[in-house]
Amino acid sequence: MAGKALKRMVKLDVNGTCYERELEPRDLLVHVLRDELGLTGTHIGCDTSQCGACTVLVDGEAVKSCTMLAVQAEGCSVTTVEGLGKMGALHPIQEGFWEEHGLQCGFCTPGVMMAAVGLLAQYREPTEEQIREGLEGVMCRCTGYQNIVRAVANAAERIKATESAEIQAAVAHVGERS
Amino acid sequence: MATVLGQRLRRKEDPRLITGKGQYTDDVQLPGLVYASILRSPHAHARILRVDASLAREMDGVLAVYTGEDLEGKLGTIPTAWLPPDSDIRTVPHSALAVHRVRYVGDGVALVVASSRSIAEDALDVISVDYEVLPGTADQEIAMKPDAAQLHEDAPGNVAFHWQVGHAPDDVFAHAEVTVRQRIRQQRLIPNPMEPRSAVAQYNESTGDMTIWATSQNPHIHRFLLSGILGIPEHKVRIVAIDVGGGFGAKIACYPDEALVAFAARELGRPVKWTESRREHFLVTTHGRDHIEDIELAGNRDGTLVGIRVKVLANMGAYLSTAAPGVPTILFALILPGPYTIPYAAADVYGVFTNSTPTDAYRGAGRPEATYLLERMVDLFAREIGMDPVEVRRKNLIPRHQFPYHNAMGLEYDSGNYHLALDKALEMAGYEEFRREQSRLREEGKLVGIGCTTYVEICGLGPSQVAGAVGFQGGLWESSQVRVHPTGKVTVFTGSSPHGQGEETTFAQIVADRLHIPMADVEIVHGDTDRISMGWGTYGSRSTPVGGSALAVATERVVEKAKKIAAHMLEIGESDVEFDEGRFHAKGAPGRSVSFQDVTLQAYLAWNLPAGVEPALEGRAFYDPVNFTYSFGTHLALVEVDKDTGEVELKRYIAVDDCGRVLNPLIAEGQVHGGIVQGVGQALYEGAIYDEDGQLMTGTFMDYAMPKARFFPTFETAFTETPSPHNPLGVKGIGETGTIASTPTVVNAVMDALQPFGVRDIPMPLTPERVWGAMQKGGMEA
Repeated sequence: MAGKALKRMVKLDVNGTCYERELEPRDLLVHVLRDELGLTGTHIGCDTSQCGACTVLVDGEAVKSCTMLAVQAEGCSVTTVEGLGKMGALHPIQEGFWEEHGLQCGFCTPGVMMAAVGLLAQYREPTEEQIREGLEGVMCRCTGYQNIVRAVANAAERIKATESAEIQAAVAHVGERS
Repeated sequence: MATVLGQRLRRKEDPRLITGKGQYTDDVQLPGLVYASILRSPHAHARILRVDASLAREMDGVLAVYTGEDLEGKLGTIPTAWLPPDSDIRTVPHSALAVHRVRYVGDGVALVVASSRSIAEDALDVISVDYEVLPGTADQEIAMKPDAAQLHEDAPGNVAFHWQVGHAPDDVFAHAEVTVRQRIRQQRLIPNPMEPRSAVAQYNESTGDMTIWATSQNPHIHRFLLSGILGIPEHKVRIVAIDVGGGFGAKIACYPDEALVAFAARELGRPVKWTESRREHFLVTTHGRDHIEDIELAGNRDGTLVGIRVKVLANMGAYLSTAAPGVPTILFALILPGPYTIPYAAADVYGVFTNSTPTDAYRGAGRPEATYLLERMVDLFAREIGMDPVEVRRKNLIPRHQFPYHNAMGLEYDSGNYHLALDKALEMAGYEEFRREQSRLREEGKLVGIGCTTYVEICGLGPSQVAGAVGFQGGLWESSQVRVHPTGKVTVFTGSSPHGQGEETTFAQIVADRLHIPMADVEIVHGDTDRISMGWGTYGSRSTPVGGSALAVATERVVEKAKKIAAHMLEIGESDVEFDEGRFHAKGAPGRSVSFQDVTLQAYLAWNLPAGVEPALEGRAFYDPVNFTYSFGTHLALVEVDKDTGEVELKRYIAVDDCGRVLNPLIAEGQVHGGIVQGVGQALYEGAIYDEDGQLMTGTFMDYAMPKARFFPTFETAFTETPSPHNPLGVKGIGETGTIASTPTVVNAVMDALQPFGVRDIPMPLTPERVWGAMQKGGMEA
């Protein structure tokens, strides 16, 4: 039985905010995010680390937050869906999901988007096969995945377009100076 | 203004869902919230000799522990709400927590309430229960044997009901040139919406108000039933289900768990939350399908089908869940003749109690079972007479000019153009070309196959009078209220309760179209019994045909009243007013006009309304459809089977569906995609397995194969649009078509691929092991 004596103070950096909470060593990161920090955008869909609904970014890598103890996240930078983008300044993956109808009930969506962000960090211009393989860690019961695949491809296009616009702007800037 | 109906509009509900601001039940936080957990039986069938919860009660942080005996007389039993007539149905008592006896693995034995989730779960470990294990079985055929253990005193032979329908006498089968017979087992499936079930209850002692946030597809039905179970008057119970993470039928039923949470909240004076673990979902949330079917299909050598009959043993599980008896009877058997002009059809259905999780509606509910057996039988028949299965279908499809068509069970199919959908699908697939290619590939040793399904489904449930006649203990109409505010903005209250289907968007399209206002000016409110007068909920592909039609009628009522006010403002007769482009014009004098917003403001100011017109501007409708709607279509699948491993690869999938008028193609396509994957899940991957002792062997995502993204190609989808003639939108349902059609389509394709081996049938799911085994066996026989 877990006694209160086992609790210890843990510092967590989530979405750029530093939180201090007294936690049990056995507390899972996902439970702390949801119950202690009120970040309920990260969902729990299973208890065997298979569905991926709880996927967040830890130091930029997609991680299932049900497989990680909160104490293990100390000293890491955690990003949840709440830190991804807001209305008016959405992350390309959020734009992609909205544009391509990549979600229905929306429950798996935050985790799937986080997994997709991880995927896009790996492949700049992923093929359909790479996207489908890359979504191995997540489950969706509504969409049949087709529009999720399109959403990820859409986001990749957006990121590429933004990058090339930035490069063009930088080139133009250099041109002006010379 | 171009109409927004039929446009590919992105969804209004998405902004909150993609930014993590949805409000799912487990997200609810309340001051003083405590947590519940439920101790569940590890045995499929046992007598409870003693429950000792004293250690748990003494634990720090545990507020209370309740056993079945503690609840006796305080909490009503869990009801069954579909009672098919003339079926000798046995509605056995189902206590919220088991008293003296458990009947399946997962049956609730004790409820713990504690200050945290972890303590509530820890406490389960120290409750000691003495069980005397009894014999039992999860198999319906074994449960019907004379020496089988009896689950309920009032259900001899474990027969929950016996129901027969239709007319297909022996003569039909004796005189037909060909009769094909087959036993088919449609395996048990586990719904697995990604959001587990959850409930949060808060009781206000001083007012007597009970609020329950719950994962519900039909909050008003839950209010009605929970009011009875809890003994709290209906007007004092509020059910809230704002964002629900998928349902697929599993969130229709009234379960013990929500009642327990509410009971504890009232007893303890604290808000209580319970969320099932995925393991609990596998064990206690209703399962689907699980039929053993013996089928006969008769026809002649020219391809004409003349009769079909089936005897079904439907596994109901340990108790009769809310809508369960209607699923293998009404929703299954009445559509048995499918889209074909089969003159004789009959079904003989036994509902059987077994030591397993109760079954109930699962996406398609009865209609996938009917479609699967029919479409498999049509292929076997085609093989028997040596005709192309597509040609057999073409020959028997109901011709367009015969609609409305009365099928052999008495249903009136509202409209259809079945051959059009078939031809379109064949063209998309390049069917003739594929058949030529197939012979060539077979010579090369490649096992490729094509499978076809032509289907019709009952959706848009349904006319309330019919609901009553078939024993559904409720109505199936829908409510809608369109409240136009003084500035012309609109709030809509609908009794539909979407949980992924996108009605916040399609319903706003209906209103924006009729009122000529921007989509942004319309807000759809659903899922709250305090805000919405009444609703029968979202299931049976009914939301758009019934809830949407209710909304169309209510909106028309707003326009009618607004016209009266506009006519008065323009000082012309009402019949001289035209509503166009968001303005009310005097006919023939387009310069004389007032805007919609001018009218809405005057409606509220009420300074100068026409005689007999009340202030404000609202439209209400309680819409009861005159008939069901009948969506239909053709699906085709191309598969390749690996000769060495038995693995099935889905190479192409073509779906042509007709759901009447398509309001938003983006959303309709999404419904088709999801449905296909769920149906292919049954065909190739999913299946609940119980061992001989009634232990669920597939109780986690590690053992139960959920479809993943990499299992599928990009689907090729298209629609034909044959409007329903009897609702104001011309719409039918699209939520279940994919699931109904894709299972037989893929299995037919695999059987086609395996034709050189003489394989006739493989029980689902068609795992590599089973397919490989069938090839070995078939190959040896050949």
